[in-house]
Amino acid sequence: MTSSHQTLAAARWRIAIVLTAIVICIYFGFIALIAYQKEWMGSPIAPGLSVGILFGAIVIVASWLLTWFYVWWANNHYDAKLDALKREAK
Amino acid sequence: MIEPLLTQATAATASAIGKPNAVAMAFFFFFIAVTLGITWWAARKTRTTEQFYAAGRSVTAAQNGFALAGDYMSAASFLGIAGLVSTTGFDGLIYSTGWLVGWPVVLFLVAEPLRNLGKYTFADVLATRLKQAPVRIAAAVGTLSTVIFYLIAQMVGGGSLIKLMFGLSYETAVVIVGAAMIAYVIFGGMLATTWVQIVKAALLLGGAAALAFMVLAKFGMNPLALFSAASTKYGAGMLAPGKLVANPLDTISLGMALMFGTAGLPHILMRFYTVPDAKAARKSVFYATGLIGFFYLLTFILGFGAMVLVGPDAIKAVDKGGNMAAPLLAEYLGGTPFLGFIAAVAFATILAVVAGLTLSGAAALSHDLWTSVVRKGEARPGEELKVARGAALVLGVIAVVLGIVFKGQNVAFMVSLAFAIAASANFPALVLSIFWRRCTTQGAVASMVAGTAGTLLLIWFSPVIQVDILKHTTAWFPLKNPAVLTIPASFMIGIIVSLLTTDDKAVAGYDGSVRDMIDGRRAA
Repeated sequence: MTSSHQTLAAARWRIAIVLTAIVICIYFGFIALIAYQKEWMGSPIAPGLSVGILFGAIVIVASWLLTWFYVWWANNHYDAKLDALKREAK
Repeated sequence: MIEPLLTQATAATASAIGKPNAVAMAFFFFFIAVTLGITWWAARKTRTTEQFYAAGRSVTAAQNGFALAGDYMSAASFLGIAGLVSTTGFDGLIYSTGWLVGWPVVLFLVAEPLRNLGKYTFADVLATRLKQAPVRIAAAVGTLSTVIFYLIAQMVGGGSLIKLMFGLSYETAVVIVGAAMIAYVIFGGMLATTWVQIVKAALLLGGAAALAFMVLAKFGMNPLALFSAASTKYGAGMLAPGKLVANPLDTISLGMALMFGTAGLPHILMRFYTVPDAKAARKSVFYATGLIGFFYLLTFILGFGAMVLVGPDAIKAVDKGGNMAAPLLAEYLGGTPFLGFIAAVAFATILAVVAGLTLSGAAALSHDLWTSVVRKGEARPGEELKVARGAALVLGVIAVVLGIVFKGQNVAFMVSLAFAIAASANFPALVLSIFWRRCTTQGAVASMVAGTAGTLLLIWFSPVIQVDILKHTTAWFPLKNPAVLTIPASFMIGIIVSLLTTDDKAVAGYDGSVRDMIDGRRAA
């Protein structure tokens, strides 16, 4: 059964890599904007709300959504395949 | 440094901060009584190494989520970020987000493989297919360096904060923290430590939420009204990036240390062994990320609340670093009783974090070094547990001594140093050994040794030591945090050394470890 274990491990690995890359892009994109687009990040959208504050909140919400998405995928798709593998092994 | 400032400030603002506060003392002794009660209960359930290190794998996903949050939300993040926001505005948000983004990385890359491959420490994962002795020694060096620097920062920060808030002497505060922490760990092991974290997380989140609610109530429950009041009073610059990000590369480097360091912190990694299976480990990170993100949003409200209601000048007058912003805000909104409550919560926060750190350091000493290396896995029954308790006692005493030795020193850099070592020594080796077939023992060891040594060396030559502490005019290495160099270097060294060496057992063991990693057979 090792090859199907490897297929499943590879599927998890792909999802993990893609999601990690997204988090890295979001966070370091935010930092890069702060570093190189200071003016624009400070510009107001509404009274009390600047572009930077909005983006900061988006980074936090995006972290939540990405962890939620992974847990949802793992609980529904990954675990189902894993259970099938375990039954097969018996 | 703090003392003259403090006397001036208490005269000027008539704050009760720094005076013995009956409410704070009452809350504090109540917390100590409750946690020692928990320890007494946990001690009766702590008879084996599995119970001592991993709470018998009995912790639920939700409980572990709270405990992870409790381990992670240190006094530095509660008082420090609120203080930073209250004096600089937007810039504090850079830190809030940085502390959170490590958690998705923990979830995607390490939580489940760790639970399925290891028993008590992250070195267990490396040792599944690499040679026991070398990887365990290297991992123990990485673990202990991370733990010691983090402990010193907590002890020194804790001692000064407690002195500032309760009016106790610095040494008394450090000894009380050390004694309580040693009691939790030695008698109650992981079960007591877990419940101390849960109680602390609930208190901290509850206290911060109540405070944020009281702030927002003054602004029609609208955070934007609060932010706009801040920009009217102190200028639109408060909502824009300021001078904290003068050097972008430094900011990126700190960001990398925070993002990848979280996934290499031994006391965080150890928590994944306390849950029954990988699924619970996965869910617990989801809870933790939600709680920690919520907490950092709250600190942002508290920071702006303190800026508008208390004022940056009044905050800096009490403590130059701004650390007293949240306690001052509590006093403004709820008087001395609420100040007392928040002060006690801050104390509880420090206690819980040092307990988690000490336990993970003790596990590295007893499980990795003593049982696996010295005894080659053949320890007498009950021996490892005795060694673990002894190691916890020794580490606790070392923490107290170092806390007193470093009194009055600038140790803020030690937290980012601990994260940089975790990110450069522990994280790359862990990822390479889990996901890369060709990873050899030599490669993993070289990566861990280079990560630890490189980080220490570059910190030594950086401005935080050369300019801030040794008072030289320039530093040879320009960055305050070396992670931007050391993380890629540590990965490269691990890969190059692995490619240059052969380790047949490691390569042959890869298929088995992939299988164990996903079906959790070994862990079950």
